[in-house]
Amino acid sequence: MINFQYLRTTTAKSAIALLLKDKNSKFIAGGTNLIDLMKRGVTAPEKLIDINHVPLKQIELVGDKVIIGALASNTAVAENSLIKEKLPLLAMALNAGASAQLRNVATVGGNMMQRTRCGYFYDIEMPCNKRQPGSGCGAIGGFNRMHAIFGTSDKCIAVHPSDMCVALTALDAVVVLANAKGERKILFKDFHRLAGDTPQLDNNLKADEMIIRLEIPINNLVKNSHYLKVRDRASYAFALVSVAAGLEISNNKITDVRLTMGGVAHKPWRLTASENFLKGKEATVENFEQAAKLAMTDAKSFGENDFKLQMAPNSIIEALTVAKSKA
Amino acid sequence: MENQFLRDENDRVDGIYKVTGKAKYFAEYELPGLTYGVLVTSTITKGKILSLDTKAAEKAPGVISVVSHLNKPSAPGYEQEGGSPFKIFYTDKIFFNGQPIAIVVANTFEKATYAASLVKATYAKEEFNTDFEKAIGDAKAKKLQGQPDYKRGIENAYKTAEVQIEAKYHLPIETHNPMELHGIIADWRPNNQVTVYAKTQGVKATQGTIANVFKIPIENIQVNSEFVGGGFGMALRTWPVEIATVMASKHIGKPVKLVITRMQMFTMVGNRPAAVQTIGLGANKDGTLTGITHRAFGETSVYENFTEGVVNMAKFMYQCDNVNTQYFVVPVDLGVPIWMRGPGEATGAFALESAIDEMAHALDMDPLEFRIKNDPEKDQQRNKPFSDKNIKEAYRIGSQKIGWSERKNKPGSLIDGQWKMGYGVSIGVFNANRGRASVKGILKADGTLVLQSATSDIGPGTGTGMTLIASKLLGIPVNKIKFELGDSSLPPAPSQGGSATLSTVGSAVNDVCVSLKSTIAELAANSNMDATSNFVEVLKKNNLPSIEVTKQSQAGKERDDYSMYSFSIHFVKVKVHSLTGVVKVDKIVSVGDSGTIVSPKTARSQMVGGAVGGVGMALTEESIIDHRYGRYINNNFADYHVPVNADIPEIEVHFINKPDPYINPMGAKGMGEIALIGFSAAVANAVFNATGKRIRTLPITPDKILASS
Repeated sequence: MINFQYLRTTTAKSAIALLLKDKNSKFIAGGTNLIDLMKRGVTAPEKLIDINHVPLKQIELVGDKVIIGALASNTAVAENSLIKEKLPLLAMALNAGASAQLRNVATVGGNMMQRTRCGYFYDIEMPCNKRQPGSGCGAIGGFNRMHAIFGTSDKCIAVHPSDMCVALTALDAVVVLANAKGERKILFKDFHRLAGDTPQLDNNLKADEMIIRLEIPINNLVKNSHYLKVRDRASYAFALVSVAAGLEISNNKITDVRLTMGGVAHKPWRLTASENFLKGKEATVENFEQAAKLAMTDAKSFGENDFKLQMAPNSIIEALTVAKSKA
Repeated sequence: MENQFLRDENDRVDGIYKVTGKAKYFAEYELPGLTYGVLVTSTITKGKILSLDTKAAEKAPGVISVVSHLNKPSAPGYEQEGGSPFKIFYTDKIFFNGQPIAIVVANTFEKATYAASLVKATYAKEEFNTDFEKAIGDAKAKKLQGQPDYKRGIENAYKTAEVQIEAKYHLPIETHNPMELHGIIADWRPNNQVTVYAKTQGVKATQGTIANVFKIPIENIQVNSEFVGGGFGMALRTWPVEIATVMASKHIGKPVKLVITRMQMFTMVGNRPAAVQTIGLGANKDGTLTGITHRAFGETSVYENFTEGVVNMAKFMYQCDNVNTQYFVVPVDLGVPIWMRGPGEATGAFALESAIDEMAHALDMDPLEFRIKNDPEKDQQRNKPFSDKNIKEAYRIGSQKIGWSERKNKPGSLIDGQWKMGYGVSIGVFNANRGRASVKGILKADGTLVLQSATSDIGPGTGTGMTLIASKLLGIPVNKIKFELGDSSLPPAPSQGGSATLSTVGSAVNDVCVSLKSTIAELAANSNMDATSNFVEVLKKNNLPSIEVTKQSQAGKERDDYSMYSFSIHFVKVKVHSLTGVVKVDKIVSVGDSGTIVSPKTARSQMVGGAVGGVGMALTEESIIDHRYGRYINNNFADYHVPVNADIPEIEVHFINKPDPYINPMGAKGMGEIALIGFSAAVANAVFNATGKRIRTLPITPDKILASS
């Protein structure tokens, strides 16, 4: 293996300072993805800055927002009573991801930062524009069963693998980032990027920044929300497609609705047009079908993932139906 | 006859060792001066190595040597170039992507891994094809000697039958992927003395292979393999990478350990070959089968041939006067396959047992009733009676336990919201083998018995079964008996494969115990003791610290007179989601008809493991290659999906548990293969019953359900 330096720090400020010192350094928290990438030769940081001891593990209600520290583990969030009570969609999505062992060490910030699971990205003998810009995309014309149908580019059709991020997008979460000078906030839906001409960039985190916390407004979707993950086996498999669905229904009308898909794009894919269609309408299967159809307007498949053109709208209908049926 | 074994719920004799970490696997042995080997592999699929630059690797910290075709030590068995088997480091030719081209040896694993990344090869590339189905289309299929066509009655009789079906079935490459990675520790010492710690299903086979390659006396080679962390067939051969490690040890004069990576498990230690099969079935309207045609193509490599019994089952499993089969191999530019649990038959049974279900549907018959109607009284292929066969009873037990009466013959009849429910059945069968083995028994005055044989235990519970046989025969408690295996210096036994170990080695244990018993009786008589005296007292009275006997045991004429098979029936209930295409196995009932059950607990474990493997074969497992590059794309445990606990429902296991009167003294037949064979068809048949969708390509993933009309 290639040697690297290991550093440990206990404050966000010093972590950011260490990051600034060396361009080829990386934060490590749970390491559930980074270590794999290092073993496969996809990345070779010279310094690993261990941030596990930085006190960013809080999960609390502040005003009308749930605050989750970037270093809270996936399990801690999914099992937290506040999250289960106020944001069950997030708990469901987290529990659909990875395995219990991985969730125990994986952090919220690390989950956001995980790289695609595209096989061409991990095999350094294969072309991949995300790993090595300009080398080509192996998945286009290759094995693309797991790949994107929305917002693709001719450079990259990889998908973001997270379940948690799909729910956070649906929940209008806000990401708080910090650099040496201070903090800034961006909407979660704007944190990840589409591949475009720069597939090497997964997100809009700047080189001098650290993820500090999430702020999630509480909502009225608690009763009628559902995270549906369709996958090849019942656990420890990435989504073929997933849907985070939340409904607020009053007087038989949909007053608020959130719909986001996973496994279909380079980032969690918010279905804004479908949401707009459903607002104010009755929660009927017919309307769900219309919303699903609208969601597919700009979908494009690449051969082995043609099935997603059917599985995706079907899953939207199923997720909405299950969300609605929850008593 | 009452089974004296089944009342016994004995634990696995080495269970405590396994769960407490005391069981030592090959990679855990620490030898003085141990070094670590890491393989460099080809990044092209076909061609020739033009240059291999090892200088940087040799200069890297901790590196002792880099062994390749440029500097390999003498292996006289490999001197003649070409031919089969593949001769590692004795060729500059590349036959598949991921082929080992060098082994880097260093004083730590990490240093060897880093140095291996510094070895640079250049190649002359050639055109290649790794796509098995494309190779069939390109007429690359060939028939091998020893795989003749079979014909009974009229060829392709199904084509003139009252009711006909013809269908094509596709199986992908499956990779064994036992938890334990493959590898070896090799220690070549002065005077050509070699000790290896191996992951092998046959210590004698490993010993023989090393002797052949290096042309040294077999007595010079000691092979140890006491515990094996799963084999499923992949450790039935001494792989080229093991020979490479022995070469490296010979070259540097130090012990070398090699443990390959999970990714390398996909390329260099075999796989279940991909297969395409066509089945034609003909029947009268009353449900009498009148013709079976089974034609199969199996994947092999270009540098070695691999064949298996894909079309065996069609020849005898059903009463039918007109049967013809053909088997072809199709070479592609991939590593050579090897047997994987239920070899050949598991592949063939998916096609045949799906087709039987398709025919039952065409006849509008219950598929169970159709099977019973065509159940043969004797083996028509060999024209012999079966030694023992209780399939109808197995059908009765299994159908009752799964709740077959709830099943509707019309597909898509059982609906619960978006879920559609269905039931499926299939049969599995495998030759009930018995080979030749020797066992030594040492009966001691301290009240213990030691049994020794150079057999293996890859997980089925060999030691447990042998101990129970001896315990019942000699009346010695299980905890006073030790069965020693996995050591090439012990009396010879065949490799553990083909579900034959209990039958083969167990018979020798039986003979040893019978002999010891009669020796004790003689000694008792000679010393005027009661014939029923305890052996400890008899030995003491005779001033004997111990007595020992070695027996070789093998089958006799009974194998000429009877056709011997183990059978299984698998019942599966599934539910299929209409919108997402997800298939959930809801309940499993497997019934084993394999003679006497010697060790109920480990026998049940075998059946459970087979069912789990069957769910994987049916629903999730597939090794995917990008044929543009000839490289595997899902070669890790995140992307190659073996079933997880959440995929597995309640598994009920039942046994007929009647002794086969002819096979061996225990009346016990093998179980490892039948636990899996046929299972995938039961799932596919249940999916059809649930949805009306006939999926003929494994694995049955959600996308296939949605795509099927």
